[in-house]
Parts: sequence; C-alpha cells; structure tokens
Amino acid sequence: MQPQTTHEQDSHLNMIASAYGLSKSFAGKKALDNIYLEIHSGQVFAILGANGAGKTTLINILLGCLNPDSGDVSVFGAKAGSLQAKRQAGAMLQVANLPETLKIKEHIQLFQSYYPHPMDYQQVIKYAGLQDMQNRYSKKLSGGEKQRLLFALSICGNPKLLFLDEPSVGMDVEARQGLWQAIRDLKAAGTGIVLTTHYLEEADKLADEIALLKQGKIIKRGSSEQIKASISHTSIRFISNEKPEIFTQFPSVISAQPSGKFIQLNTENANQTLLALLSASPNLQDLTVSTAGLEEAFIQLNHSGEIA
Amino acid sequence: MSHSQNMNFRQSVNIYFLESKLEWFKSIRNPAFSLPAILFPALFYTFFGVLMNQDSPEAATYLLCTYGTFGVIGPALFSFGAGLAVERGQGWLDIKDASPMPASAQILSRLLVSMAFSVMILISLGLVAFTMTSVSLSIAQVLTLSTLLVFGGLPFCLLGLILGLLLKAESAPAVVNLVYLPMSFLSGLWIPITMLSEFLQTLAEFLPPYHLSQLALKVVELDVGGSIAKHLAILTLFTVIFFVLAMLVSKKKTVR
Repeated sequence: MQPQTTHEQDSHLNMIASAYGLSKSFAGKKALDNIYLEIHSGQVFAILGANGAGKTTLINILLGCLNPDSGDVSVFGAKAGSLQAKRQAGAMLQVANLPETLKIKEHIQLFQSYYPHPMDYQQVIKYAGLQDMQNRYSKKLSGGEKQRLLFALSICGNPKLLFLDEPSVGMDVEARQGLWQAIRDLKAAGTGIVLTTHYLEEADKLADEIALLKQGKIIKRGSSEQIKASISHTSIRFISNEKPEIFTQFPSVISAQPSGKFIQLNTENANQTLLALLSASPNLQDLTVSTAGLEEAFIQLNHSGEIA
Repeated sequence: MSHSQNMNFRQSVNIYFLESKLEWFKSIRNPAFSLPAILFPALFYTFFGVLMNQDSPEAATYLLCTYGTFGVIGPALFSFGAGLAVERGQGWLDIKDASPMPASAQILSRLLVSMAFSVMILISLGLVAFTMTSVSLSIAQVLTLSTLLVFGGLPFCLLGLILGLLLKAESAPAVVNLVYLPMSFLSGLWIPITMLSEFLQTLAEFLPPYHLSQLALKVVELDVGGSIAKHLAILTLFTVIFFVLAMLVSKKKTVR
C-alpha cells in the first residue's frame, strides 16, 4: 500500500483529522497495522469491515480513548482526546445500555451542557427523530430507539467531526432512512463524518471515501465508484471433477474456489476465460455466468485479502 | 466559523449543576438503590435500638451514632462502587469519556448525591430516635453529629470509586455488600464494639468505619476513649490511601 503522505500538501485546508502510520496490538495480536487516513470537513469517511477487523479500535484511537503503539493522530490540530478536540467532535459508540431512569430530554440537555456552542434542542430532536418520545425514560426504549438517542447525544455539541460506530445496528428500515438523511444534512452543513459499518449499502449510499479494513489493515480504499470499478468482475460457476486450482491457469481468472459441488471462478474478462474453458473441457455441466455484485465483491476481497 | 472553544463561567457551573441534578434523579428514581439505602439503617435501628432495647436512653443514643455511621457508608459505597461499575460495564462511561464532560463533574455529582442520601438517612434515623426512644440530644450535638457523618462518608466514596473502577458490573453489588456488611459489623456499627471479643476489638482499629463511629460517639460522650486527633489522623490516612489508589486504578483504566 502506498501511504498518502500529505504532510506537505497544505492545500488540504479542510482536513480536520488525520492518522499516519497507526499501529496497535493487544496482547501481541495486531489490531491495527500501519493505518493512514485523512478526514475532511463535509465528507463521509466510511470504515468497512467484518467484526474484529479493527474498526472500533481505530475509532477509539481517533477519540483518544486508546493510545496507539506507534503513529501520529491529530484532531483539529490537537491531540486526540484533548479538550479542544472533544469540544468540536461528537461520538456515537456501541453501548449495551444507558442510565435507565433518565428521560430522553434530560439526557440531551445534559450533553448539551458539555459544549460551548450546543446544537439547538429542537434541532437535535428533529435530526434524531425523537419528537414523540422526549419524556420517555431510556428504560422503555427499544434497541433502535436507543440508537437514535445515542445519535442525538453525539450531535448535541454541533460537532465539526462526528464519529458513528455502527450507527444503524438494531434500527428498522424507517429509522435507518431517517439516520441517513440526518447524516446527509450534517455533511451538507460541513460536518466531517467517520462512519464504521458492516452494511455495504450504508457505506455505498453515504460515503465519499471508503476504506475496507481487514485484520487491522486497509486493504482497499477509494470512492464507492472507484471500488466498484476495481472489483467489478464476473463469476463463472460450473460442475467439474477437476480441482479448482487447475482453473487459476486459465486466462483472466483472478481466483477459483470450490462452492458446494460447484467450482466458482472470478474473472476480469469473462469472454477470454469462457473461450479457454470451453475449448479445454467442452462438457462442463450447469454453467452459469453472472456479474458479481458489490456485496459479493467485498466479501471476496475480504476473503482474498488482496492488498490494494 | 472560528468560534471560541472556551466555556464561560456560567456554562461551566451549569455542567456541574445539571450533572448533579440528573445524578440525583437517576438514583432516587431507582427504587432498588434508593429504598434500601434510605430505609435499611432506620429499619435496623428500629429493631436493635428500639425493639430489642430495654428502653435505655444510653443504648438508644449509642446505636443512633453507630447506625448513622452505617447509614452514610452505604450510599457512598453503592453510588460509587456499584453505580459506576454498572455504567462502566454498559459502555456508558466510554460515551461520557469521549464527550468533553470534565471528569470531576462525574465524581462531584456522585459525591453530592451520596451526601444528600446521607442527609435523608440521618433524618429518617432521627425521626425513629426522637419519636420511639428517649434519646435526648442538644441542637449542637445533632448538628455536630450530622455534619461529621455527612462529611465522614468521603473516604468511603473513594473506596467505592476504587471498587467501581475494578469490579465487573454483574458482580459489583454483591462484592460491595461483601465489603460493606462485614466491615460494618467488625467496626462495631451493629453491635457495640465492647461486646465483641478482644481480638475483634483490636482488628477494628484497622477499619475506617470504627474510627468514624468513635468520633460520632465522642459527640455524645459514649466512645471508648481514643483521642479525636488519633481518629481523625487515621481517617485522613485512609482517605489519602484510597485517593492515591483510586487515581492509580483510574489511570490504568483510561490509558490502555
């Protein structure tokens, strides 16, 4: 991977947070390995990855809740976790529960008090879609409603930088649409947003830049379109007695693996592969050709661990 | 867009005010915490100081002091110990840590709420004592005793803080009870210390509640005779030890 060293590129005036060469291990196991990223105002940066890929560790380091073993983190030109950074940021983290005997209204008013320039109360309520339950105790909230309250708390300070760790977990379709709209509105108002998710659709719909994280490494990054372009390939499935490895010799084949009784090839050029394949073994059974969707491509990228 | 990121004085005070107010709501609205905290000392006192007592004003006065001590230690240990451990276990404290809330607001609000509970416990004990026994105390004694006990909860808040930072959420309430109840008994808060064996009386010298209760008993001249300076010095020593330990544990927990 080519780190984008942009220390000298001062044209990046709207850069609000950066991490260069971040590494972190827990008990000898690498959780993050040489991570480079830059976050700009008015942009959504999505960190995509399976559970355990290092998403939450990365967020915690950017928040200053965790110290990296090596690397530099800067948030608004200050140390991550410094008061100056915290007052301009907001964070929605994964929590099991919140104090049950406080009302939604009280939670929000308390968090507003932490910031020098809090967001207007009605505005917070509107963004989070909590108009109808302001006086409800957090004990009585469903999982999705709790997520909306946590989102409300994360924007109480009018953040210029917003961290959202798996924000739509447990939300129903309608609530998720509301959250996405709120994220778009905040982005339009100039907030830089760091979003971790394992929903591809969420990253695709919202993100200006996506980083695919696997075992602590960024294995692919770019805009949604760039990633789609780079991994748009075709898969060919058929039944054969041959071992899958043999097919990796064929032209344009990227990978070959068994899939039940089928063999599945991924190819950059289906015509070339098919031509060679059919001339070598004309009696292939149950041959199907399909374009890999973004979702499948991501899954495959994640499995192959290809370094971008 | 270059707003100042500083808070003015009114805003800063407001954080502490709201944090304390909501900490109070949070505690008082939770009957599993507030009811035992307020009622148990008065209930125990009714049993041992009123019903089992042969109408001796001296015994009633003695037990009022020791159950008062027992009472104020409870919310201190539970608000900090169990309350903090549960919120930490839920991940809620991570959200607070990521916010610009000053860490001292969290500590101060819990301290004030513990003190408010102490006041209510002392009032409930006072009601039982003055309506059901022949305890007679001067106003000065009542005020001295109340002030002493309300502020005497401080070292136990710090002990609670240590437990709250160390314990797992599920086991915290049980472990806090395992510290609270035996420590109270061995300090002579339930049964007068002079009725315990010689060995246990010596052991009590090493327990902070014993020294707080002796100071309380001094107010009504029923203590075993140690000097005020000695009890204060030992309580201060415990406070310093707990404070240092709490800081060490907190540092270890936050910088991972």
